[in-house]
Amino acid sequence: MRITGQAVKRLLPVTVFCGFLLAGCGREDLSVLRPQGPAAESSFGLMKLSISIMIVVLLIVFSIAAYVIIRFRRKAGQNEIPEQIEGSFKLEVLWTVIPLILVIVLAIPTVKAVFAAGDDHANDKDAIKVKVTGHQYWWEFEYTDYGITTAQDLIIPAGKDIAFELTTTDVLHSFWVPSLSGKMDTNPDGTTNRFSFSAPNEGVYRGKCAELCGPSHGFMEFKVKSVSEEAFQEWLGKMKAPVAVLPEDPALAEKFRAQCLSCHAVGDQNDIGRGPNLTGIGSRESVAGILLNDETGVEGASVEENLKTWLRDPESVKPGNRMPNPKDLGLSDTEIDGIAEYLANYKLD
Amino acid sequence: MDWITTVDHKKIAVLYLWAGGLFFGIGGFEALLIRWQLIKPMNNFLDAQTFNELITMHGTTMIFLGVMPIIFALMNAVIPLQIGARDVAFPFLNALGFWTFLFGGLLLNLSWVMGGAPDAGWTAYTPLSSTTYSTTHGVDFYTIGLQIAGLGTLIGGINFLATIITMRAPGMSFMRMPMFAWTTFITSAIILFAFPAITVGLVLLTFDRILGANFFVVGGGGSPVLWQHIFWIFGHPEVYILILPAFGIISEVIPTFSRKRLFGYSSMVFATILIAFLGFMVWAHHMFTTGLGPVANALFSVSTMLIAVPTGIKIFNWLFTMWGGQVRFPTANLFAVGFIPTFTMGGVTGVMLASAPADFQFHDTYFVVAHFHYVIVGGLVLGLFAGLHYWWPKMFGRMLSERLGKWTFWTFILGFHLTFFLQHFLGLMGMQRRVFTYLPNQQFDLLNLVSTIGAGLMGVGMIIFLVNIYLTSRRPADAAADPWEDGRTLEWTIPSPPPEYNFKQTPLVRGIDAFWKEKTAGHKAMTPAEPVGSIHMPSATILPFLMSVGIFIAGLGFMFSRDEFRSPLTGFLFNNYVVTAIGLLITFGSMLARSLFDDQGWHIEPEELEGR
Ligand code: HEM
Ligand SMILES: [Cu+2]
Repeated sequence: MRITGQAVKRLLPVTVFCGFLLAGCGREDLSVLRPQGPAAESSFGLMKLSISIMIVVLLIVFSIAAYVIIRFRRKAGQNEIPEQIEGSFKLEVLWTVIPLILVIVLAIPTVKAVFAAGDDHANDKDAIKVKVTGHQYWWEFEYTDYGITTAQDLIIPAGKDIAFELTTTDVLHSFWVPSLSGKMDTNPDGTTNRFSFSAPNEGVYRGKCAELCGPSHGFMEFKVKSVSEEAFQEWLGKMKAPVAVLPEDPALAEKFRAQCLSCHAVGDQNDIGRGPNLTGIGSRESVAGILLNDETGVEGASVEENLKTWLRDPESVKPGNRMPNPKDLGLSDTEIDGIAEYLANYKLD
Repeated sequence: MDWITTVDHKKIAVLYLWAGGLFFGIGGFEALLIRWQLIKPMNNFLDAQTFNELITMHGTTMIFLGVMPIIFALMNAVIPLQIGARDVAFPFLNALGFWTFLFGGLLLNLSWVMGGAPDAGWTAYTPLSSTTYSTTHGVDFYTIGLQIAGLGTLIGGINFLATIITMRAPGMSFMRMPMFAWTTFITSAIILFAFPAITVGLVLLTFDRILGANFFVVGGGGSPVLWQHIFWIFGHPEVYILILPAFGIISEVIPTFSRKRLFGYSSMVFATILIAFLGFMVWAHHMFTTGLGPVANALFSVSTMLIAVPTGIKIFNWLFTMWGGQVRFPTANLFAVGFIPTFTMGGVTGVMLASAPADFQFHDTYFVVAHFHYVIVGGLVLGLFAGLHYWWPKMFGRMLSERLGKWTFWTFILGFHLTFFLQHFLGLMGMQRRVFTYLPNQQFDLLNLVSTIGAGLMGVGMIIFLVNIYLTSRRPADAAADPWEDGRTLEWTIPSPPPEYNFKQTPLVRGIDAFWKEKTAGHKAMTPAEPVGSIHMPSATILPFLMSVGIFIAGLGFMFSRDEFRSPLTGFLFNNYVVTAIGLLITFGSMLARSLFDDQGWHIEPEELEGR
């Protein structure tokens, strides 16, 4: 088998090259190819194993194909009838057995990883329990042990296992933070899913919804913010402080209470959960999950700008979302700007 | 009129081809719109709702109305010829199958002009596809349109099973049957077992939507995950319904142009059966992230990986068919040879997807989009192109232009790889599928741009193919009976295009590749198995067409039965199921006519046969 010999020799540099290529692919906070936590590492390990095996297979097939196409091309004047070979028992057994072996090589670590991924840490005292609820088109995060709820930004302590319980109030969604872990669907009650991951390094990771859930499915993003243990405790403390901060102007505060708090909550005010909880929204990574807060304006705009964009016309930011247009709720442009300013300054740090 | 009443398998093949081509064109146009929208981040060429309708209709149209009918076209055109039969077992049903498919497809596409296309993805996952979240009639068009079209497929499948079991020429044992006949046989068997599942699923979903049932509604004790199981118990075998015929085509084209018999024929047959069997055991690999738990995920992972084994057998057998042969590369064989590495790449990513923990990352991303297009377009569509170029002279009596054919091949395959190869990386870099746009600065921009350019190139390839067909149709029909000169199977023993009765005398088959065997024995034609005699032909009839029109009307009537209408008359007609009843009356009336009036058919007498 001269050809396979060649293939093996060529294989080494190709795998190394592919390794580099893959490692350089995509953003660190987003790419599956640059895993930032054990769960994503485990998937990535299997991906590397399977792609290596598959590249070997491809090289063999491509080399044989190239060889026969060149070598057995019909030449001018070639007219004798080629020998009509029925097949070859030996060869056919060979290419039954070799794939079978390759499959077994892949199947064993796969099965191991499947069971490891099934470990959901739901009964682990050290794990942080978070109930994730998908809504068209936003994410709600409830810390069941602490009695607090937030939205769009999931704050977690670095290195700790987070035990998730996933559900949805409307259609199916899928909870996915590519650089930290594979995805898991949010099903309605009765088939609640559990899984777990951790983020050893502090940082902000991009999360996505991966199951078609309506027009703004592509905009149903969120952020996972991995912070130090102290920062996490401090954040918990502030979230738990019962008093809500309301606009200073009493008239505006009344408007806010009447129109906005019928769906949203801030601090101890209202707890219906029809819209995202707004406590401390000024310190979040994004508005509506996709308007990135960035004072420098490189990758987005300031919180206040983003809030204004959203409040002036939510429909144009996220088509089909379920928040009424504030103008239809009777808010004037100045009131909208006032609320945007108030929310932008409602920070936890 | 001739075309509406025909029951001749060759004409029905042409009907399938044109109808399939039309829908394929619509689906392709939809694909180009989708790609145009994704050419740059935050593009606003399409709005989100329209985009979701487009991906839903693109997927649904391509799978059910685009490639399946073209497969059926080739089966209809070739299978009776390959097994030495004068028609399919039930010519009347054959026509009925075509018309129900066509009217189902038309009904589905009517949704574009009747208030909103389906928008829940071609998988129509509940609850997104329920009336609560999909408020137009879109999904009703989906359930009822597919139901009607699916009826046609089921009828076609049963017909081919019966044809292949009962109508093979004398001497053609199963193990002497051409590979395309084999894959058609197995495909039909899969249809027989898989389509009832989707039929049931669509009925349940229709009841949920139109009659307010609760099969998939959590509040009413139903389960959305149940829909996924039903859908994929059909949906995964469906993938093999698509790819096995392509395997068959490749197994015909490569031997012919290598002048060698198929390497490892019996292992090919065995592998086909094994693939079909395993195809039914792996549906839940579409549902790894649904939360089935580690035991189910492990089982479905391993069973899926096993499919790589019979598929591998096939690929190496094709390569070794060429080994030691004299390979020529007319367009048909270019497509067939291009199929092998391209399809292998799709198969390889399939094995990667089978590993459940890795699939937690791949699932519902552009990696999957790349994978299934490698299999469906890089596999099936290349196979169909090979088959169409190969059998075109037999179907129409004209050779397609080789020069244009080569242009078609190169633009199409280059465009294809440009479009879909990069999408693997898009998925791995975090781009989920079915998104109508994406934020900038995620390193998705360049790859999406290139992908769209590739899609344009594929469009160019398709246009060249259409031009080729048009120019060819204006040339005289002068193709030889065996235009490739190395034809191995029975269809090449009769004139191109074949006479209405196919075989004047049923041939006697003495081995695998019957015609080749006779040729190498020095004979110019097959030995007949019977004397020239009177040939019995079925009569043309309009009843299949009428029956389908009836079902179409009934479907529309049922769909709108709960609507409020401005005009009281329309309201009365629809809300009291009058329209539905009229439709059903037409259908059952035609059935009654069919059973009451016995039609004996007609005969072609020997004198006439000799006269031609
Ligand atoms: C002409 C070349 C084609 C192009 C450029 C193309 C492009 C696309 C694109 C961009 C999507 C949307 C991906 C997403 O966001 O989910 C898509 C989806 C899909 N395509 Fe194609 N496609 C082509 C041909 C085909 C063919 C021939 C078939 C099948 C026979 C097919 C089957 C599908 C299916 C099943 C989906 C999924 C639809 C859904 O998500 O509901 N495509 N295609
Ligand atoms: Cu979504």
